[in-house]
Amino acid sequence: MRAAGLAVVAAVILSVPFVAGDFHTTLMLPFFAYSVILLGFNLLFGYTGLLSFGHSLFIGIGAYAAAFLTSKFGVMHLEASLLAAAAAAGLVAAPIGALCVRYVKIYFAMLTLAFGMLFYSFLLKFYFVTGGDEGMRVLQPFLLAFDLSAMPKIRFLTGPYYYYSVAVLAVATFVMWRIVSSPFGLCLRSIRDNPNKAEFLGVSVKRYRWYAFMISAVYAAVGGALLGPTTGQVDPNLAYWTHSGNIVFMTLLGGFANFFGPLVGALVFIFLQDTVMSVVPYWRFVFGAILAFLVIFAPGGLMGLLDAQVARWGEKARHVGAPT
Amino acid sequence: MGREGQTRGGTHVILRAHDIRKSFGEFPALNGVSLEIKEGEFVSIIGPNGAGKTTFINVVTGLLTPSGGKVFFKDRDITGLGPLKLSGLGMARSFQLVNIFPELTVLECIKVAVVSRLGRGRRLFSSLARDQEVHAKALEVAELFGLAEKSHTPAKKLPQGDKKLLDVASAFALYPEIILLDEPTSGVSTRDKHAIMEILVSASERIGIKAIVQVEHDMDIVFGYSDRIIALHQGKVLADGTPEEIRANEEVVNTVVGRKARALGRGA
Repeated sequence: MRAAGLAVVAAVILSVPFVAGDFHTTLMLPFFAYSVILLGFNLLFGYTGLLSFGHSLFIGIGAYAAAFLTSKFGVMHLEASLLAAAAAAGLVAAPIGALCVRYVKIYFAMLTLAFGMLFYSFLLKFYFVTGGDEGMRVLQPFLLAFDLSAMPKIRFLTGPYYYYSVAVLAVATFVMWRIVSSPFGLCLRSIRDNPNKAEFLGVSVKRYRWYAFMISAVYAAVGGALLGPTTGQVDPNLAYWTHSGNIVFMTLLGGFANFFGPLVGALVFIFLQDTVMSVVPYWRFVFGAILAFLVIFAPGGLMGLLDAQVARWGEKARHVGAPT
Repeated sequence: MGREGQTRGGTHVILRAHDIRKSFGEFPALNGVSLEIKEGEFVSIIGPNGAGKTTFINVVTGLLTPSGGKVFFKDRDITGLGPLKLSGLGMARSFQLVNIFPELTVLECIKVAVVSRLGRGRRLFSSLARDQEVHAKALEVAELFGLAEKSHTPAKKLPQGDKKLLDVASAFALYPEIILLDEPTSGVSTRDKHAIMEILVSASERIGIKAIVQVEHDMDIVFGYSDRIIALHQGKVLADGTPEEIRANEEVVNTVVGRKARALGRGA
């Protein structure tokens, strides 16, 4: 059943460039990038119970890593950008994570927010390195060593880059699924539910939180590196705290209790944002109202609503099938 | 171990507390507690509210650092060691209030301990569902505690008695050498208390636990299952002896046990 559902979703995603226009196809590109980011974010939030408000720090690191490699060092291979983004995020996340995971709840959230804003300030003020508020260019990268620079940008984005992003998301999803289904994943969930009890059962709470922090940072950076080629530009707003807020919003919108919930949240967020922005200028007002509605009436997000509906159908089917 | 008239403790001391002191501000919760637990013993710690029973368990199991004194486990000084290291050395505990993982299933709650004991926690990419060894060992413990049929039930949906059992079962799944139980039957109906104790004693025999220390208020349970009883009062050891010796101790009867309870215990 689950495999059939995934096959349908995969078929729909793969057919988008053929059935949808260029505009909607390119809207899918940030969806793929944010999906990778959210898979990592939810390992930390949904599976480990730590809410980061500074995840944009690692998205920024990934995006700027790709920008530096292509526009400063002339390294055009996207695979190199993804690896460099992951390595840089891991290096930065190791000491920051070691400090942050000593705290929980609001203290953890505020610490991550503080580190995110530190990086934002760095991007903004160190103009000679980062380009300041103008940001940096991300040149059209080579994909699997193929130089596609002769291809018009829109064809590049809706063709090879689209399927490359799908492939990266597929690998990231598979790896994350293995992680959450592993003994390590069980330990993370035990920490989320009851860290005190977990420690008494021999689970090294701080160490495992640290591992989860670093994995989520690497995912954020890989997603960040995928964001750059779409617009051809990165700027400090990628590392601004409202961007971290968007990540939290997407997760709540889709539902953090479901593995695919944040991905659904990303898809709905991106297309809803586009629709609302084309109708009213105050899209943040509309999104604020949606967030308030979600927290009060649907804390499980869209996937939570779907799960509840499926459970009701199952209950009804049992009643119908029950002997009278 | 446990149940009146059965095997009594050996001679090898597994746990020793020497002059343990613990103060919360001006209040001395433990005021020089010294005691020994031998292999094979089922020891109950009793005392009125505020006597220092739970504080003592918390100090021994690393949840609290003592203000003074030493704790030795298997002749090793473990004073100040945290729960993580103590679990690795072979010490486990359960809590007065139910302490489970509410969103995990019954079997997953037990698997956490099994995964930890087998050192599988750092396996990031192996499938937990396909790990037959972890599954078999967790199921074995679930069966010992009568929870196997509820393996896939979320822990938060269990009745109170089963939650209490699950809390203890997950600690047992560490296969510890000593286990400290803080009121294992609290919040459970009188009818279920003896059933829980029977499960607990037989599971400890199957698993090979060398000593059990429990804090308990129910004198029926205390006199019915203990090899030795230690009475605490105002942070000090008031008495330490066999159930018969404790029954005969007028000071303990007057301050801790109560005359009605003594009569009950005699009938057990």
